[in-house]
Amino acid sequence: MFFRTAWLVLRKDVAIEAKSWEVVTTTLFFAVSCVLIFAFALVKDGRAVGDAAAGILWIAISFSGTLALGRTFERERYAETLRALLLAPAPRAALYTGKLMGMLALLGLAELLLVPLVALLFQASAMFSRPLLLAGLLAGGTVGFCAVGTLFAAMLVRARSRDVLLPILLYPIIIPVIIAGVRGTAALLSAPPDEPTAIMWIGVLTAFDIVFVTLALWTFEPLMTE
Amino acid sequence: MRKAFGPIAVLAGVMLVGAPIMVARAPYESTMGLVQKIFYFHVPSWFAMFTAIGVCGGASLVHLFRNNPRADRIAEAAGEVAVLFGLMGLVTGPLWGRKAWGVWWQWDAKLTIALLLEMTFISGILVRKYGGPGSDKLAAAVGIFGLAVTPFVYEAVNIWRTIHPLTSVVPTLPASMGAPFWFCVAAFMLLMVLLLMVRVNLGKRQAALDELYLAYED
Amino acid sequence: MRLGRLLIALTSFVLVSLPAFALQPPTGQSEFVPVESLPPGDQLPAAPLLVTAYAFVWIAVVVYLWSIWRRLNKVEDEMRALAQKAPRR
Repeated sequence: MFFRTAWLVLRKDVAIEAKSWEVVTTTLFFAVSCVLIFAFALVKDGRAVGDAAAGILWIAISFSGTLALGRTFERERYAETLRALLLAPAPRAALYTGKLMGMLALLGLAELLLVPLVALLFQASAMFSRPLLLAGLLAGGTVGFCAVGTLFAAMLVRARSRDVLLPILLYPIIIPVIIAGVRGTAALLSAPPDEPTAIMWIGVLTAFDIVFVTLALWTFEPLMTE
Repeated sequence: MRKAFGPIAVLAGVMLVGAPIMVARAPYESTMGLVQKIFYFHVPSWFAMFTAIGVCGGASLVHLFRNNPRADRIAEAAGEVAVLFGLMGLVTGPLWGRKAWGVWWQWDAKLTIALLLEMTFISGILVRKYGGPGSDKLAAAVGIFGLAVTPFVYEAVNIWRTIHPLTSVVPTLPASMGAPFWFCVAAFMLLMVLLLMVRVNLGKRQAALDELYLAYED
Repeated sequence: MRLGRLLIALTSFVLVSLPAFALQPPTGQSEFVPVESLPPGDQLPAAPLLVTAYAFVWIAVVVYLWSIWRRLNKVEDEMRALAQKAPRR
């Protein structure tokens, strides 16, 4: 019942999105422009400064993610479908999980584009030498970001000033995830790749993910009830 | 609770006047000299902030799951008090660091995450102010998530490389430094409780005013 | 059932965060060492920083108390105004 509901929510979101691909295309394009701005801001003498590649990748992920969160839930608010969803006789946590999976898919798609782009523009192809570790870092960080982001975006749907409140509330909470992601990616980019450090950061990220997903599942129900 | 206010206020006042005297008589630290004495106010402010965060998180949990307006008032007050003591820590720290390390700020983990906690609870205040109806629940969620991030702060010093003194400094304090330190900790905790009580009282009066308005509408 | 899930989450959290604690390179100062008096070159420059730090703490507390006092007065004034407007209720 739980996973069936979550799956249905995900299918609904994908079906709606497939009509116009609006959120996907705008998010992807924003991610690319974000990286380009950093490319122009941080490249000196044709090379990027220090660990810039790792930082830029994660900044682009968090900025595109914030935008995507806002757009996705704006759609829900516009059509008042969130209230309809809440009225359905389904466990609230399943609704959250469905929304989370949708956000993960969207951000995952963005990362598929972002990682090669950053590697290309900042001469950072060294991170592909350990693809499993890189995937682990990205997965851990994305789950952490989306877990908290989906919760906050959903609870802000009916608040005033929601557009600016989302980053205000979200960023302080997920910056530890970003730190872990950047440090781990930077470890992979060092020569030779620092595997133990990267593995340690993946451990930290997984710990974050477990804590935050559990917390989000637990608090989703009372937050959505008013 | 109200009866305790007077005695606590007097005790806190006495302790806060006595604190500088005790601090002045404490010995100097061998490598950092005079400026290390900021420690006696810096660390207790952080202790007070963490306690306030704990109170805020606990009250937020109660309010979120039990819909208790008193818990909501306590969470709101504790959030503000946490921001106050965090601000003290964030200002006294760089003043100490300027002399001891030569720089005002360092992007090492403990400082960074301490700043993040401060920002989290400021965002909680902002959401209460500008979030419109229902923002008490949102602020409660922020309080809970802020609390969940706190353990990572304390461990941060021991995981990353850092020039910030380790958390093992406090347990190994010699008695001549320990006495004024724990005195200041007690003084700050009392101060925090005091401010919390005053702020909760304000919340109660505001709630009473709202009730009056609602009754008046009828 | 809920307790079971919570236990699983807690156990996995502890197990997974263990590698994070394995890598701990401490370089900070680990103890404060007391000393009776300062070497001569070190006496004054720290004083302004110290004074500013303490002064800030005091001023912050006073400002906060004042802001609470101000808000409380506003609330009390409004209550009095309301009470006057509807004395016959």
